[in-house]
Amino acid sequence: MAASHGPLFVARRAYRRRRLTDAARLWPILGLFLFVMPVLWQGDDGQLPQTAFGGLYLFAVWAGLILGAFVLARRLGRGSGQSSTMTARPWPEDRGE
Amino acid sequence: MISFNLLVAVCLAYVGFLFLIAFWAERRADQGRGGWLHSPAVYTLSLSIYCTAWTFYGAVGYAARSGLEFVTIYLGPTLVFVGWWWILRKLVRVGRRERVTSIADLISARFGKSNLLGVMVTVISVAASTPYIALQLQSVTLSFSVFATGTPQGWALPDQRATAFWVAAGLTLFTILFGTRNLDADERHHGVVTAIAFEAVMKLVALLSVGVFVVWGVAGGPSEVLAHIEASQLADWPMQPGRWVGLIFVSAAAILTLPRMFQVMVVENVDEAHLATASWAFPLYLMAMSLFVVPIAVIGLEVLPKGSNPDLFVLTLPLAYDRGGLALLAFLGGFSSATSMVIVAAIALATMVSNHIVVPLWLASRRGRAGDAGDVRGLVLLARRLSIAAILALGYFYYRLSGGSSALAAIGLIAFVGVAQVLPAMIGGLFWRGASSVGVGMGLLTGFSVWLYSFFLPSFGAGGLLSATLIAEGPWGIGWLRPQALFGLSGMDPLLHAIFWSLSLNILAFVTGSLLSIPGPVERIQALAFVRVFDGDAAAPSWTRDSGAEAEELLTLTQGFLGNDEALVFFRTEAGRQGKAGFLPDATPDFIERLERRLAGAVGAATAHAMIAQHAGRAVISAEDLLAVASDAQQIMESSAELRQKSEELTRTARALSEANEKLTALSVQKDAFLSQISHELRTPMTSIRAFSEILAEPDLAPEDRVRFTGVIKDEAVRLTRLLDDLLDLSVLENRKAQLTIRAANLHDLINRALAAASNTRPERAFIFDRDQGAEFLPVITDADRLVQVFINLVSNARKYCDADPPKLKIVARRKAGRITVDFIDNGAGIPKEARGLIFEKFVRMTDTARAGGAGLGLAICREIMASLGGSVAYLPGQGGAAFRVTLPVRPLSVAPDSGS
Repeated sequence: MAASHGPLFVARRAYRRRRLTDAARLWPILGLFLFVMPVLWQGDDGQLPQTAFGGLYLFAVWAGLILGAFVLARRLGRGSGQSSTMTARPWPEDRGE
Repeated sequence: MISFNLLVAVCLAYVGFLFLIAFWAERRADQGRGGWLHSPAVYTLSLSIYCTAWTFYGAVGYAARSGLEFVTIYLGPTLVFVGWWWILRKLVRVGRRERVTSIADLISARFGKSNLLGVMVTVISVAASTPYIALQLQSVTLSFSVFATGTPQGWALPDQRATAFWVAAGLTLFTILFGTRNLDADERHHGVVTAIAFEAVMKLVALLSVGVFVVWGVAGGPSEVLAHIEASQLADWPMQPGRWVGLIFVSAAAILTLPRMFQVMVVENVDEAHLATASWAFPLYLMAMSLFVVPIAVIGLEVLPKGSNPDLFVLTLPLAYDRGGLALLAFLGGFSSATSMVIVAAIALATMVSNHIVVPLWLASRRGRAGDAGDVRGLVLLARRLSIAAILALGYFYYRLSGGSSALAAIGLIAFVGVAQVLPAMIGGLFWRGASSVGVGMGLLTGFSVWLYSFFLPSFGAGGLLSATLIAEGPWGIGWLRPQALFGLSGMDPLLHAIFWSLSLNILAFVTGSLLSIPGPVERIQALAFVRVFDGDAAAPSWTRDSGAEAEELLTLTQGFLGNDEALVFFRTEAGRQGKAGFLPDATPDFIERLERRLAGAVGAATAHAMIAQHAGRAVISAEDLLAVASDAQQIMESSAELRQKSEELTRTARALSEANEKLTALSVQKDAFLSQISHELRTPMTSIRAFSEILAEPDLAPEDRVRFTGVIKDEAVRLTRLLDDLLDLSVLENRKAQLTIRAANLHDLINRALAAASNTRPERAFIFDRDQGAEFLPVITDADRLVQVFINLVSNARKYCDADPPKLKIVARRKAGRITVDFIDNGAGIPKEARGLIFEKFVRMTDTARAGGAGLGLAICREIMASLGGSVAYLPGQGGAAFRVTLPVRPLSVAPDSGS
């Protein structure tokens, strides 16, 4: 079935672009991982995590996530040229599966 | 201090201002000057209706009760948007491609255009949104009462129910005025979206102002705030892992499935590229909204007297420090949050109710009476207006029933879990070709019932809708059926319990049903189109066979839904796409599919499908067809876009050629007839002239006879001259050598002149003229005499041929995009379809010469005149009679070389 998924080797730019979309897919997963992290914080001494620290942590992760998304969106948008309306396929190299 | 009257005045002024913004945006959009209204910023801001009054007031209350847990409600959506490449991108693409009008429409379109599923999703959405709307009414009411208590003037606490009622009534009015002003073909509401975007700015500014005031004005800086937090009762973070993960999940699900979010995210989306901006900008907005929540909660708990409602800290904190202005700003922020949510939710739900319940019912009631569908737009608009009122009324009754007592956050979560029941169907529909309508139906039913039983009904409290014993011991004392401890899972947080059971049973039923059922053909094709949406437009092969539907019948149908102009423009574009002139494309499968999609944009996929099937008499697809479709799809996917394009072009050319050929064949017959025609035309008057002059030569003729015969000779000579004049005129026009006298004129005067001049054609017939005289006052720079000549011709034709009794002629003049159109529509039998291609040719007459009394050159001359004036005259089908449209530019396109003469 791999045969129908395009050529084995692609040009450097296309390759970079595919990895960029991979990054766009993986970024929220990293975010989820970091957001769920506080669940593990309950230490064995039974002490609860601190709201002040937890808040700072969450907002820091949040800001980092947004920054990353900003960079990814900019780069993905730049490569695709005019991606408006319903024409052909604005984001090539993607089979949506 | 702020008086009650001032508060009401501020609210009214604010709503009036919103009204102006919406009105202005709508005007700009109508004029095609969208500009920055269609920018990613407005799109992102409109998404902020996710932050309702629940966020604005409730988040602080939530934080005051359970610390950082409130933030989960914003982390879920953040992850969904940051991960736009996974789901949102596909959702928006599918939504735009299929012209989806609501989330119910999406599910119905994906699963075989089944209206039953549409109805189910509609019911779930309405049920889940009711508490949410109630929540908005409650928060506005509460915020009013804050200003009432503790005022020195001591104005009486306003009746809360009355306040809620007036708020609901006002919102109904606003929503109806802007949400259902017209039935857009694509369901976009530019005015509303712009107003919502403004409200988004308003609530952000308000919350940030209160936050800044609290952090720097009260606490004295960020580090002091941290110290306050550590010293407060919120210092420890009572993390509940189950709730933490469950809430992130359910809020992520809700942003995808809340009807109002779907409306702004998918339906109102004007450009897919906006999603890329929203992927970081919307999380940024959410973060900004949550930034000061914990500080406000902590300071509120510390400063305000014990027992004050933490849901209202945003208002009571500034009031405690006597900052009336800031409190008023905060009040407006909360008001914005509530109103924007209610408006969009009501529009989204009303669209669903009208498209999936009212219109199908109406269609069913007139089954067997196919044919003229009439103007359905009025019905749809009325249905939407009533739905909006009904939905707000439901919200109001929920508010009264629930007593408006429970904490804001709890109510919001009920709605979240309710709409999340649509998630399995949505995700399954987008990513799994095997997901079937049977599975979705089972899943939705299961999930919805479990949600109702374990979360929604108990939300009214023990002894509310479910009796206390039932909640404590289960129905008929069956312990494992206790609503909040299903299957013996007691000791679980009720929220978590509801999420867990409703969604897992939902998914179980969905998957089982999908695995065991075999979907129908339409459904399989839609599955392919949805799952492979990025494989290009050809992913869904055309699945209709030549249906033999009459394009004109379809036009009449379409006019009922889109309105006359829209329908004609659409049909003309489609005809052009096929390489045909005029307004009627061939009813090819390709065209019918596009038409269906266009109609789906107005009334939803299921209804559009049913309508088209009813009219086009679409053939049922057999198994062989399906196999052919499957292998076609494989081939199409592998073939290059270039090949596709070429073949399309070839088809177009072939069609144009065959049409030209048809016309040529008909014309050559005509041309052969031309000589005999012209000789005949010339000979008839000549014969009578000769005969009568011979009679005149008789000496013994009575004088009165002599006078009569001379008269006949004169008449025939006049007819002969007219014929020769016409021929000469035509040849001059055809060679583009006509002298034009271009001057400014008033269209109204020209039409008057034409009507007066044409009145001596069959003067015995009393014609009724239906004109909108006011609309005719249009300035036009053209050769007025020539234009009047065209009008006279069209009017006299109507006088001659219209066979209705009483005969009526409707004249509609309009100006649109630099062109003027004048329609002449009579109420007669019209012109048969096969003759329409020829009526503008020379010597073509519909009836006998005797009756027509002309040589059949009139319309040919009209056509040539209009061509030299830079316009056109065309037959307008589907108007219930013979109809002609004259189109001309407001001023000559280029300065014609002979304009000065």
